[in-house]
Amino acid sequence: MFKLEARPQPSPVWSYASPLLALVITVCIGVLLFVALGKDPVRGLQVFFWEPIKSGYALSELMVKATPLLIIALGLAVCFRSNVWNIGAEGQFVMGAVAAGGVALLADASSGPSIVVVVMLAGVLGGMAWAAVTALLRDRFNANEILVSLMLVYVAIQFLNFLVYGPWKDPMGFNFPQTKTFEAVTKIPRLMEGSRVNIGLLLALAGVGALWVYLFRTYSGFAQQVGGLAPAAALYAGFSSRKALWVALLTSGGAAGLAGALEVAGPIGQLTPYVPAGYGFAAIIVAFVGRLHPVGMVFSAILMSMFYIGGELAQSRLGLPKSITGVFQGLLLFTLLACDTLIAYRLTWKR
Amino acid sequence: MTSGVEHPNASAAAPRLSLRGITKRYPGVVANSDVSLTVQPGEIHAVLGENGAGKSTLMKIIYGAVKPDEGQVLFNGQLSTIRNPQEARALGISMVFQHFSLFEVLTVAENVWLGLSKTLPLTEVTRQIRETAAAYGLDIDPDRPVHTLSVGEMQRVEIIRALLTHPQLLILDEPTSVLTPQAVEKLFVVLKKLAAEGCSILYISHKLHEIRELCTACTVLRGGKVTGVCNPQNESNASLSRLMIGAEPPALDLRPQAAGETVLTVRDLSLKRADPFGTDLLHIDLKVCAGEVVGIAGVSGNGQGELLRALSGEDPRAPSGTVWMAVSTHAHALVPASLRGKVHDLCGSSPAARRKMGLHFVPDERLGRGAVPQLGLAHNLLLTRRESVSGGIGWLKLGQLRGQAQGIIERFKVKAAGPDAAAKSLSGGNLQKFIVGREIEARPALLIVSQPTWGVDVGAAAQIRGEILKLRDAGCAVLVVSEELDELFDMSDRLHVMAKGKLSPSLNRADATVERIGEWMSGLWDPPQGAGPTMLKEAAHVQA
Repeated sequence: MFKLEARPQPSPVWSYASPLLALVITVCIGVLLFVALGKDPVRGLQVFFWEPIKSGYALSELMVKATPLLIIALGLAVCFRSNVWNIGAEGQFVMGAVAAGGVALLADASSGPSIVVVVMLAGVLGGMAWAAVTALLRDRFNANEILVSLMLVYVAIQFLNFLVYGPWKDPMGFNFPQTKTFEAVTKIPRLMEGSRVNIGLLLALAGVGALWVYLFRTYSGFAQQVGGLAPAAALYAGFSSRKALWVALLTSGGAAGLAGALEVAGPIGQLTPYVPAGYGFAAIIVAFVGRLHPVGMVFSAILMSMFYIGGELAQSRLGLPKSITGVFQGLLLFTLLACDTLIAYRLTWKR
Repeated sequence: MTSGVEHPNASAAAPRLSLRGITKRYPGVVANSDVSLTVQPGEIHAVLGENGAGKSTLMKIIYGAVKPDEGQVLFNGQLSTIRNPQEARALGISMVFQHFSLFEVLTVAENVWLGLSKTLPLTEVTRQIRETAAAYGLDIDPDRPVHTLSVGEMQRVEIIRALLTHPQLLILDEPTSVLTPQAVEKLFVVLKKLAAEGCSILYISHKLHEIRELCTACTVLRGGKVTGVCNPQNESNASLSRLMIGAEPPALDLRPQAAGETVLTVRDLSLKRADPFGTDLLHIDLKVCAGEVVGIAGVSGNGQGELLRALSGEDPRAPSGTVWMAVSTHAHALVPASLRGKVHDLCGSSPAARRKMGLHFVPDERLGRGAVPQLGLAHNLLLTRRESVSGGIGWLKLGQLRGQAQGIIERFKVKAAGPDAAAKSLSGGNLQKFIVGREIEARPALLIVSQPTWGVDVGAAAQIRGEILKLRDAGCAVLVVSEELDELFDMSDRLHVMAKGKLSPSLNRADATVERIGEWMSGLWDPPQGAGPTMLKEAAHVQA
């Protein structure tokens, strides 16, 4: 019989190996899934793990999807490390997109290129404002931030729908629920011709560096995390838990809002009911699979992006439903949580 | 009621319990190594050892909560495999744990009922409790909710619960750590009565004088091995101590010294409890001067925690004008010049702000409050020390931080893998040495220490006390809150007692006796104005 035995100290090896083992198990279950659905498993794996990286264009698409995931996850890492459970990044993403879209709609032919900066700032502020609602309710009334932030996602989506079905609907749009296409001048500048990758990627990578410095090299980053690791110790040290709450929610809200702005003013180019693509929720998985570490999250964002693209390809190439993306994302998080047991425990064989 | 129901198959000469060659290994540590122990019927047998000597593991093995890797357990001469506590109870083994397992919202009778067969009606349980309580002088009302009981009363509930199973062997784990000296006397009477009726008692403790008073046999453990078996009544504290730690603890040197200027003043501090099961603070008056150690005695849970939080700033609700701290003009370089030479009202200032004035605090909870368990020792310095943080942007100078931690590790002889060892990887005593070291090296003007040596082995305890006294000799004001009377008598210049949220008047150490402090622990100190009527008036005042 296998038995779990507590390790005297958590294993550093397994804290790195656990995500890899989780990926392997996810792939194995995926193979079984393809077989059960009557599809060729080799073809299925190809669609998920080879097609997204086989050409320069495929790689650039991978980056396009990984960028918002990474930006949101960076903000969420600050939250989760300070024991603030913001589950509503999707809502903050949507409100960032709405605010950025609103600014973009104001632009006309006379606007200068600096409007892009304003669009992005509006996105950040929109996301922050939405997260601030959660922070305020938690701070003043001790409302549970998990529930509040999650419920506000649906409010944000309904607000977006109200705008695109109502006041912001494109009068020339044949009654489709969408705004007019934003002016070209508001478009987020692309990095190169022939791909949709834009400067959002650079912002995300700068964010990785900034978060690393903040978390591991500054006193305020340290204080922020102590509240998450040991609240009584933070109180003893005199680190304000209220400040930690606001910093966490405003940072993650701002990051999610920025991602929303980069999406609508980038690849999408207008507001539609399809702006919420689940990035805000997927980013939670990105954050945890990446161990809440800035560099780790780069890899997990790419992996999750593969699942997004693979899921779309599986739809067209294999005739599988699109929800296969969600299945793979869920499997990965599930197996990761299971594999994490091995960090604190070792498996032994006992009669 | 009789407790010692003889096992039918046991021969008259068979010992009640005998352990042979018990070994238990945990990953990285051998908790018990080839331990043998024999308890006769009706014997009060002490198991003596420092924290971490393997006492608790051994008791858990007897009680069936832990399975030994090797060795045999014989109960009444019969080889027994005790797989779980239910089987232990069926055999006639009962245990009273150091930490009580009572539901606060249920009554005494309901709590006892939980552990008994459900076929028994509650009224019958209540009757049995009354009967047992009367038989042993364990004064308790079965219908009272547990949260209204004092700690000593809760312990009585646990003992009654154990007695109702008619044990042949009763295990008590550090039962006196939560009791006043008078309550200890009462407990000993009960235990001696039980033993006279034939019930064997295993008494776990590290308090030598108690063991010498109560027990007729003693097994000493050190590092998981038996280092001696003796009759404690024929031994001295020194000889028992040698068996337990291999040496006698060095004596402390408390030189008389004139106290300096007043550093901390608490004036008529009353504070409603923040936690529903906490204690309200009532009219606390306290003064601590430079160069003296003031001790606060009392059973835990009488408001010490609340007072300490109000002093440290973790609970910032203390009203304006109640807590004052004087910052000397000679304060050392880390204290900002703007704060010097003034008396500050601490109302509303955070723990960090108080620390800037030179108030440092060592809490009783080490893991999770005094230190972040997952973080390394170097990073744990940052909780209270900012020397390795560069001004403006708060950049961490990690090299300097590690050096600082290494310095404390060396000076205070902390056993740790290095400055990056996680706080939770240290033993309780070593972590306490590190935390005390961290606060002492900050050169505080006022050091507040709660339970300085709680759960710390004798050697480390002596070192910590010595360091605190050195700080006092250097002119620091020290406030020590402790449950260990011996420790307070060893260290303090003056003593207070805390009971039911009130603080007794101060008593010079020369005037303090264990009896007097013990009485005061029940809240019975003479009011300063006189006796009788004033006290009633005061009580009425308190209730208003």
